[in-house]
Amino acid sequence: MVRFNMLLLLIVVVCALGAVTSQHRARKLFQALEGEQERVRQLDIEYGQLQLELSTWATHPRIEKIARDRLHMVTPDMVGRVVDKPAAKPKKGGH
Amino acid sequence: MVVRRRPQRGHRFAESPVLQLALQGWRSRTVGLLLMLAFAALVGRSFYLQVINNDFLQEKGESRYRRDIEVSASRGKITDRNGDMLAVSTPMKSIWAIPGDARTMTGEQKKQLATLLDMSTRDLDTRIAPDKTFVFVKRQVPPETADRIAALKLPGVHQEKEYRRYYPTGDMTAHIVGFTGVDDKGLEGVELAFQPSLIGRHGSRTVIRDRRGNIIEDIGALKPPQDGKDVRLALDSKIQYLAYSQLKAAVAEHKAKAGGVIVFDVQNGEVLALANWPTYNPNNRENLSGAQLRNRAFTDTFEPGSTLKPFTAALAMETGKFRPETVINCAPGRLTIGNATISDAHPHGALTVAQVIEKSSNVGVSKMALTLPSKEMWEMFGAVGFGQLPQLGFPGEVTGRVRPWKNWRPIEQATMSYGHGISVSLIQLARAYTVFARDGDLIPLSLVKTDQKSVRGMQVFSPKTARDMRAMLEMAAGPEGTAPKARVPGYRVGGKTGTAHKLEGGRYANKYVSAFVGFAPVSNPRLVVAVMIDEPSAGQHYGGAVAAPVFSQIMGGSLRTLGVPPDEPLQVADAAAGKGRL
Repeated sequence: MVRFNMLLLLIVVVCALGAVTSQHRARKLFQALEGEQERVRQLDIEYGQLQLELSTWATHPRIEKIARDRLHMVTPDMVGRVVDKPAAKPKKGGH
Repeated sequence: MVVRRRPQRGHRFAESPVLQLALQGWRSRTVGLLLMLAFAALVGRSFYLQVINNDFLQEKGESRYRRDIEVSASRGKITDRNGDMLAVSTPMKSIWAIPGDARTMTGEQKKQLATLLDMSTRDLDTRIAPDKTFVFVKRQVPPETADRIAALKLPGVHQEKEYRRYYPTGDMTAHIVGFTGVDDKGLEGVELAFQPSLIGRHGSRTVIRDRRGNIIEDIGALKPPQDGKDVRLALDSKIQYLAYSQLKAAVAEHKAKAGGVIVFDVQNGEVLALANWPTYNPNNRENLSGAQLRNRAFTDTFEPGSTLKPFTAALAMETGKFRPETVINCAPGRLTIGNATISDAHPHGALTVAQVIEKSSNVGVSKMALTLPSKEMWEMFGAVGFGQLPQLGFPGEVTGRVRPWKNWRPIEQATMSYGHGISVSLIQLARAYTVFARDGDLIPLSLVKTDQKSVRGMQVFSPKTARDMRAMLEMAAGPEGTAPKARVPGYRVGGKTGTAHKLEGGRYANKYVSAFVGFAPVSNPRLVVAVMIDEPSAGQHYGGAVAAPVFSQIMGGSLRTLGVPPDEPLQVADAAAGKGRL
């Protein structure tokens, strides 16, 4: 009887230690998850800022200025244009 | 202690009578019972606290390690139809201080903070001078600067997260997009109109923090943050830029006071461009004036002038009394009704209805209008949207003014037929032209992308009248019409000029509003473009000279951008000649 009780005690102690360890590991993992989520937020913010930067660089006035001044591009006059008629018959409007 | 003696007995030396004294048994039992009762009460109380009513203590205990934290949500973006950014929020920090604590900063620390915040030490001192518990030192500080301030660990200086709204396209789209205040609340334009869906709702979560401040567990209710919904406008930023830059150039060229342009798709009513001048930079809103802020296309009404003639003529044809080839005698270029005289800019002889529109004869249109019942004309104005809200949900929309038909005098009916004595906004005028660009029906306009290929509208004129009017409007924009400058190479265009005197203090001043409203390609209209230039004062003021060239540029560019196939052969462009240049 005493031996059986000792065995039970041992099992209880092992289980208790197991519970403590798994709780600790769960918290570690949770912290890691938390860190990654924070990184997601940071990257999201950075993405927004990059989008903003992109659209600031790609504003139409700037593109036109560079095209005209630096690349010396011009709008072709009517003589220089060839109109490529679409092969398929043009779409009819909805009315 | 009271001790009752037993009756006196003889006693021996060996025994003491004192020792024979005894307490009565019930006394000790009573004390024992009381102690037991007290113990039972304690057990009961603790059972009550631990098992039956344990919420209160549980909560007190949790509050020692549990924290509620706010999860911030950002405001939705505004993009154009192709996804180009028009308004974006990005996180910033606001630096605030508890003045009492902040005043303990050393001179050196104050100097560091002031340098980082780009302000003088004296400004900083005045900021933290008042005896309050909370003052903003500076708002909307870039996150990098805020991190460096946090690293200084200054006493009484704290930070809070907030958002700042950026508008990459700046003044180009300022009127349509609008702007938000410092607390992320829409104040103008789409930012205000779509505030309920743009706004983000902050969430919250309850967590356990450990001694180092790390979050180690989520407990309790989690309320996820709801980011604001993105709004995708119908605007095409290429066409918008084109419209804006052409308008800006025209206003400068004609030394005008203001101007407005609207471009929209005839098939589904999507507004592709809406530009106003003067405008402002929404990213830097210091020294703003009301004139810059006003979205003229929506909020300002003007007398539309001759741009209204096609509506009168269409109604006259609808009654069956007139046909495009019906001849009206417009000689000698004047018409007297009562004691007022209507006159043409250039006197004409006999004109057909088509020529009345082509040459824009006031006399011709007035004669047509006088055959119409006032009520029908009034109803037609209402049916094409004049005097009605455009119902785009845009802040500051106006109805314009159409007086009730019952007290129209004949002279008023005549002047209204060519657009005087009635006032409309540019958006109303442009929208009304859908009845000619389509087969006689009026469609609602939309600021947001609809994903609909086409919509059906409310029938105002018969399809035949609309087609006849299209042909007439093409003539008006033709070589013999009032606006040959409105033509676009490669496309057939139709449209009408308008040159209206401005009312100032109840009388017509020598100032003008030049307008042009038209559509293209005539064979299957795709776009309506409306141009309005307010007070051109560089010599020319006729719609055909001021507004029509702007229309031509914007229409041509927009059709190319949308890839609409040309419906008119190019006269000169031989393929061979072209190839050499390309």
